[in-house]
Amino acid sequence: MADFFSTGLGIAIIILAQCLLMAIFLLLAAYFFLYADRKVWAAVQMRRGPNVVGVFGLLQSAADMLKLVVKEVVIPAGADRTVFLIAPLVAFALPMAAWAVIPFNETWVLADINVAILYVFAISSLEVYGVIMGGWASNSKYPFLGSLRSAAQMISYEVSIGFIIIGVIISTGSLNFGEIVAAQDGSYGLFSWYWLPHLPMVFLFFVSGLAETNRPPFDLPEAESELVAGYQVEYSSTPFLLFMAGEYFAMFLICALTTLLFFGGWLSPIPGLPDGALWFIAKLSFFFLIFAMVKAITPRYRYDQLMRLGWKVFLPLSLAWVVIVSFFAHFELFGGAYARWAVGG
Amino acid sequence: MTVADFTFYVFAVVVVAAGLFTVVSRNPVHSVLWLILAFLSSAGLFVLLGAEFVAMLLIIVYVGAVAVLFLFVVMMLDVDFAELKGEMAKYMPLALLIGVVLLMELGLVFGTWTFAENADGLRAAVTPEPAAVHNTRALGQLIYDDYIILFQLAGLILLVAMIGAIVLTLRHRTWIKRQDILAQMYRDPAKAMEVRDVKPGQGL
Amino acid sequence: MTSADFNILLPEIVLAVFAMAALMFAVYTGKDRTAPAILWATAAIFLVLALFIGINGDGAQAAFGGLFVDDAFSRFAKILILVSAAAVLVMSHDYMAKRDLLRFEYPLLVALAAVGMMVMVSAGDLLVLYMGLELQSLSLYVVASLRRDSAKSTEAGLKYFVLGALSSGLLLYGASLTYGYAGTTEFAGIIGAATAEDLPLGLLFGLVFLVSGLAFKVSAVPFHMWTPDVYEGAPTPITAFFATAPKVAAMALFARLVHDAFGGITAEWGQIVAFLSVASMFLGAVAAIGQRDIKRLMAYSSINHMGFALMGLAAGTAFGVQAMLVYMAIYVTMNVGTFAFILSMSRDGRVVTDIRALNQYSKREPLKALAVLVLMFSLAGVPPLVGFFGKFYVLRAAVDADMAWLAVAGVIASVIALFYYLRIVYYMYFGEETEALDSGMAPTQWALLMVAAAVMVLGVVNLFGIEGPAAAAASALVD
Repeated sequence: MADFFSTGLGIAIIILAQCLLMAIFLLLAAYFFLYADRKVWAAVQMRRGPNVVGVFGLLQSAADMLKLVVKEVVIPAGADRTVFLIAPLVAFALPMAAWAVIPFNETWVLADINVAILYVFAISSLEVYGVIMGGWASNSKYPFLGSLRSAAQMISYEVSIGFIIIGVIISTGSLNFGEIVAAQDGSYGLFSWYWLPHLPMVFLFFVSGLAETNRPPFDLPEAESELVAGYQVEYSSTPFLLFMAGEYFAMFLICALTTLLFFGGWLSPIPGLPDGALWFIAKLSFFFLIFAMVKAITPRYRYDQLMRLGWKVFLPLSLAWVVIVSFFAHFELFGGAYARWAVGG
Repeated sequence: MTVADFTFYVFAVVVVAAGLFTVVSRNPVHSVLWLILAFLSSAGLFVLLGAEFVAMLLIIVYVGAVAVLFLFVVMMLDVDFAELKGEMAKYMPLALLIGVVLLMELGLVFGTWTFAENADGLRAAVTPEPAAVHNTRALGQLIYDDYIILFQLAGLILLVAMIGAIVLTLRHRTWIKRQDILAQMYRDPAKAMEVRDVKPGQGL
Repeated sequence: MTSADFNILLPEIVLAVFAMAALMFAVYTGKDRTAPAILWATAAIFLVLALFIGINGDGAQAAFGGLFVDDAFSRFAKILILVSAAAVLVMSHDYMAKRDLLRFEYPLLVALAAVGMMVMVSAGDLLVLYMGLELQSLSLYVVASLRRDSAKSTEAGLKYFVLGALSSGLLLYGASLTYGYAGTTEFAGIIGAATAEDLPLGLLFGLVFLVSGLAFKVSAVPFHMWTPDVYEGAPTPITAFFATAPKVAAMALFARLVHDAFGGITAEWGQIVAFLSVASMFLGAVAAIGQRDIKRLMAYSSINHMGFALMGLAAGTAFGVQAMLVYMAIYVTMNVGTFAFILSMSRDGRVVTDIRALNQYSKREPLKALAVLVLMFSLAGVPPLVGFFGKFYVLRAAVDADMAWLAVAGVIASVIALFYYLRIVYYMYFGEETEALDSGMAPTQWALLMVAAAVMVLGVVNLFGIEGPAAAAASALVD
């Protein structure tokens, strides 16, 4: 048996099984986080949220999913059929693919590659295609407007996300997530993590993440008061479900990135306690909670304000931060807090 | 055939096919989508070469940014391609002639495939041994150190492009009312509002 | 990468940093109100740098492992480029200000173009060559369409851009073939691979494409199509700029490429350049005859002159390069003077470019008419003016290199070209009475016109000693 798993076919089967495991994890996460999202939202608005299907409404997501799957797939007249159907697949598959390089602890990672962070960034820069293709292929005004908005929005915020990531890369001297987390391991527990030296950028990253995933207050692509539902107007049934799920995967991704880049990944916040994947999941859940809270308590931005924020506030700030961090790192100021490669942190 | 060989052929075939469809697609948006597929597959080829950094940059820059803007423009433009093609037919004979001449030249060049004696040595001399150094680091050494002057010149060229775009398109529209967010935030209700007692039948 | 490398690059760095600093300054302060100050400052820094290069330079040194070369040849070309660019900037101020074109980006784009040109003439590598060329070209595309409300100016910019991009494509294609077959982009390496006895065919094709790309930039026939339209459409000061510094830079780059990288196969490129030369001389001379617009006429005139300059290059000898450099210096001086005059041509404040508007000009402005007469005679190469010596130089270089037929062709072409230069003079002295042109002329334009004309006359003594530096420059390139 052990021999079989070291042959080419055996390795392929192991890899496939790992991918499947990851997919199941993500789907389960989507299932419960969707529920959590609605519950949090309801709680903020002093409603009860889903509470009919199953105990505490726990089966509500399953019911919704079933309802969507058994409905008819409507393809509008004049739509570009192929692109129309590929779009939700792209939107679903890409954020999932990005999870291939996200580590849960030192060893639990599907692909431990050198340029992991660039890979995630590359994949998340592709996510915009699902939206654009969907909006264009629907052959309808609102989806098209929504997709144009999102193309501009996602590209704008990607730029500052890129610069913020560069700051972390400079501090670590590596593009590998394992090494980025290892660099945050210090004797002060949570005060060794990058959130402290990179404090302003944590907020910028998180807000850019909201914009990147089209979450409120930046859900302009699907602003229902102006565009009905943006690029999703013409989608129904399974394709719509795929869009939905893809959106949640992308959100987890941002939460995971925040955790890995600034909050020590699987490291324990208190020195002495053991590190582990549970810490990672706990942190991820915490950031998702903030995502849900933000959705509940903020009003939507106007489009020109969104662009102004992205290009005139976030971009200069993050760019300046790269320069500042390079300076700090080069001269190893603040006890090498910005140059972990130099002090062996 | 190893897995790497097989992957190479898959990517190679996809690059060529996608390139072909980019050219022959009737719908410009489809052309761009095919182009994106071609980019993605060539990124795959880069990974196979062991140049994963370049591969990721290819995706981030070309697919993630340049092609999106392409798509953006193509979707918004209402270009009548049939008409353009009609125009093209007029110049076809000349274009064909030039194309044939170029093709023949190429054939000639590749037919007598001789490099200068030390060409291979010179080519290899610039780059470090792939196994010896991580390719991100090797690229950094080349771009920011050995070829710094080219890098800086490229930066200047981009600066000129930016200045040019602004010079040729920006118009200051002074008659437009602009939002001043700080002014809005610091507006004081006590100064902005005034409560007046209006007597009935008199007005202000 | 050491500080010594950067020291060699000092003039370029100073100019680039100045351009960026001035850009920031203007953007954050008065925008276009600062334009005159920036224009004068740019011209001043051009002159200071020219002086610095002239005094400071000594011997030949290479920076960044041969990517960038500083030798007598590049210094000669740089000084010529900087001085002519400064002259054009200075004389354009009045014209641009009157027509509301004086935007602060204009002098800065010229400065960045100058950086590109300085890099071009110092290139020691195909990549540096391309970067310099693109930096220069991109700035020029933008300034060509600076008058963005005019259809002609926009058309000029667009045409220039599209054809320029095409030529860059040709150049890059040639560069990649060269790299493929020589295995390096460095000139020092290519010259080792490009030897007469064992020349890979691919390398020869690379050379042909490289030469075609460069021929576009010097507007040599058959790659000249853009020149008349761009000269006509662009605002006149920009046309004046096109006709001077970029031509010097492109020609110097041409010389550096064929000698530094392909010096071992002189015979191969010599015939290509000779063909370009003959075609340019004749087309420039014949096509200009039908032109009534003085800017188009100057475009064909510049094509014709490029033909003569290429003749020096075609000789493939050190003396040929020296002749080419002297010719370019004279050509630039004549063009600065002529354009200073063209810039002042207006009627009731509106620009006039029809040459018939010059009728009877000598009656009203005898001194200026005399200056233009001298310049026209010099452009045509009438002895004993300086323009004649320029032509004499390149013809002698051709004869010395056993290319007597080329020299004969040059003489015939210059006789044809004489016709249209003389026609301008004819209009000025013997034309019919027409509406008068405005008589005013900005002091800087007047001064440059007079200086250029005076140089044409006084230079016959010893060409202001330009032969010595030109010979030194040529020997730095060809040994």
